[in-house]
Amino acid sequence: MSEAYILGVAARRRQTTLWLTVLGAGLVLTIVVAVGSGAVGIAPATVAQVIAHHVTGWPGEVTWDLPQDAIVWKVRLPRVLLGVLVGAGLAICGVALQAMVRNVLADPYLLGINSGASSGAAAAILFGFGAGFGEHALPFSAFLGALVASLLVFLIARSGGRVTSMRMLLSGVAVGYALYAATSFLIFASGSAEGARSVMFWLLGSLGLARWDAPLAVVAVIVVATIALLTFGGRRLDALSIGDETAHTLGVSPDRFRMRLLVLVSLCVGVLVSASGSIGFVGLVVPHLARRMVGSAHVRVVPVAALLGAILLVWADVIARVLLAPQEIPIGIITSLLGAPFLLILIRRLHGSSGGQ
Amino acid sequence: MISARGVSWRYGDNPVIDGVDVQARPDRVLGLIGPNGSGKTTLLRLLYGALRSRTGQVTVDGDELRSLPPRESARRLAVVVQETGGETALTVAEMVLLGRTPHLSTFQRASAADHAIAERCLTRVGAAHLGSRPFAALSGGERQRVLIARALAQEATHLLLDEPTNHLDIRYQHEVLQLVGQLETSAVVVLHDLNLAARYCDDLVLLGNGGVVAAGTTDEVLDPAILEPVYGIGIQRLDLEGDIHLLFHPVKDPA
Repeated sequence: MSEAYILGVAARRRQTTLWLTVLGAGLVLTIVVAVGSGAVGIAPATVAQVIAHHVTGWPGEVTWDLPQDAIVWKVRLPRVLLGVLVGAGLAICGVALQAMVRNVLADPYLLGINSGASSGAAAAILFGFGAGFGEHALPFSAFLGALVASLLVFLIARSGGRVTSMRMLLSGVAVGYALYAATSFLIFASGSAEGARSVMFWLLGSLGLARWDAPLAVVAVIVVATIALLTFGGRRLDALSIGDETAHTLGVSPDRFRMRLLVLVSLCVGVLVSASGSIGFVGLVVPHLARRMVGSAHVRVVPVAALLGAILLVWADVIARVLLAPQEIPIGIITSLLGAPFLLILIRRLHGSSGGQ
Repeated sequence: MISARGVSWRYGDNPVIDGVDVQARPDRVLGLIGPNGSGKTTLLRLLYGALRSRTGQVTVDGDELRSLPPRESARRLAVVVQETGGETALTVAEMVLLGRTPHLSTFQRASAADHAIAERCLTRVGAAHLGSRPFAALSGGERQRVLIARALAQEATHLLLDEPTNHLDIRYQHEVLQLVGQLETSAVVVLHDLNLAARYCDDLVLLGNGGVVAAGTTDEVLDPAILEPVYGIGIQRLDLEGDIHLLFHPVKDPA
């Protein structure tokens, strides 16, 4: 086999292994440090011991006090884990969406799913919608809203028989605006200033709802499954990201495949938004970074983007908790603040590298 | 063998192809020629199912094209389209390996054998040295050869090409078509240049006014009496040492 061919495959593979190792280690470190930081600081070594004790039973001898144990295990770890899952999930949904519509500005919220979730959340907060679900009323009605939004987008997008990328984009934007208006109307109609504030807080995203409970488990299952499906089915994403015609000639029916992806991504984003509100920019910026690291083959981009998104979101949450402590800033503000300049730099680079064309 | 009978296509109310019959015979190169807007590319797209005709039918090796699952049809028809994937950051090797997609199930990894096939196809188009380069950084001619390599990696029984000589230097135009002629598969090529068609095609279909004006061997179709009214240009044919050469000159305005 020619050297150039081997290099064209193997070099990327080596690069990816290296990045996955670095990012994997980075994520472990991030989790330990993030769990340790907050209003009460806890040494990383203690954090590691508490987690190890709860997971494996070792070390058996407890050398830390009970409040520390509770802070690490009951309060902060579920929150950090939710951050990991939401970051990873938003990043890979961004990757899938950018391949589906072949637009570098596509992000998971383009499909109007977050607007739907927001309407659901607003209905729950302001009017007690979904009260039958007790403490899970908020995430439940948010998910219901997301579901309705994605169903609408889906139905409109396929009304012409074919789900083209342009039709998908347009229906996503239209449904998004309509539901945004619905949310604003709900806030206006309720006339409650306190309620409006909570809705606003929720809209900007927060990981504050994280507990060791069923919703967290659902998020974990969905995100892990989505990562696996997108990674191991990466070849078809590659074909689709080149073009519909290319996908077709390689035996991938572009319309049918896009439809399946739409269902998968809607489900994943819907679950994420109902657990954490709308956190912007992660799904937009991280895929670009991942592609810069390991090229565009999705079998490599998806896992790298997942790790990168997880690390990024957990740090954003640390900043959100620490910056104005004890008050907490919505995490969406942090990700947007960090993401916007990032995107500008990327755009500059993008134009610089293809300036000849 | 690809065989189309009575296929049609219209854009809006505008019939581009109307009840056309075409046959691509085994081991031969069929050229689709005709002036701009005569529906060459549309006909090609009907032949590989990117467009579905409401009338007639297309069969590939005896099976109706629309009844074949996408993966199976991609194992029979490899297509080189004019779609370059603009911003892709795939390497050339990764791009060619994508040609193995129809032979792999959705979650199956490419095996050593798949890599060997991809590498062989890249060598075959004279682009083995490009393997490690980013596809987006190649010149037009290099890209075209890589896309042909990807189509070859599909190991399909038919190869369809839409204006494969576009953007190519004269030398590569001949190289690409020579390569197509040497393959053991039957090929269908959309061509603009009649002299390239004369040299490299075994059979020709001449399109004009929504239908087939002439079909047959290259020798039969490249008859100035047939070509002149379709292209609206004066044509002189020279047969030199068994090769057909066409010379063109503007027709004098009758007025």
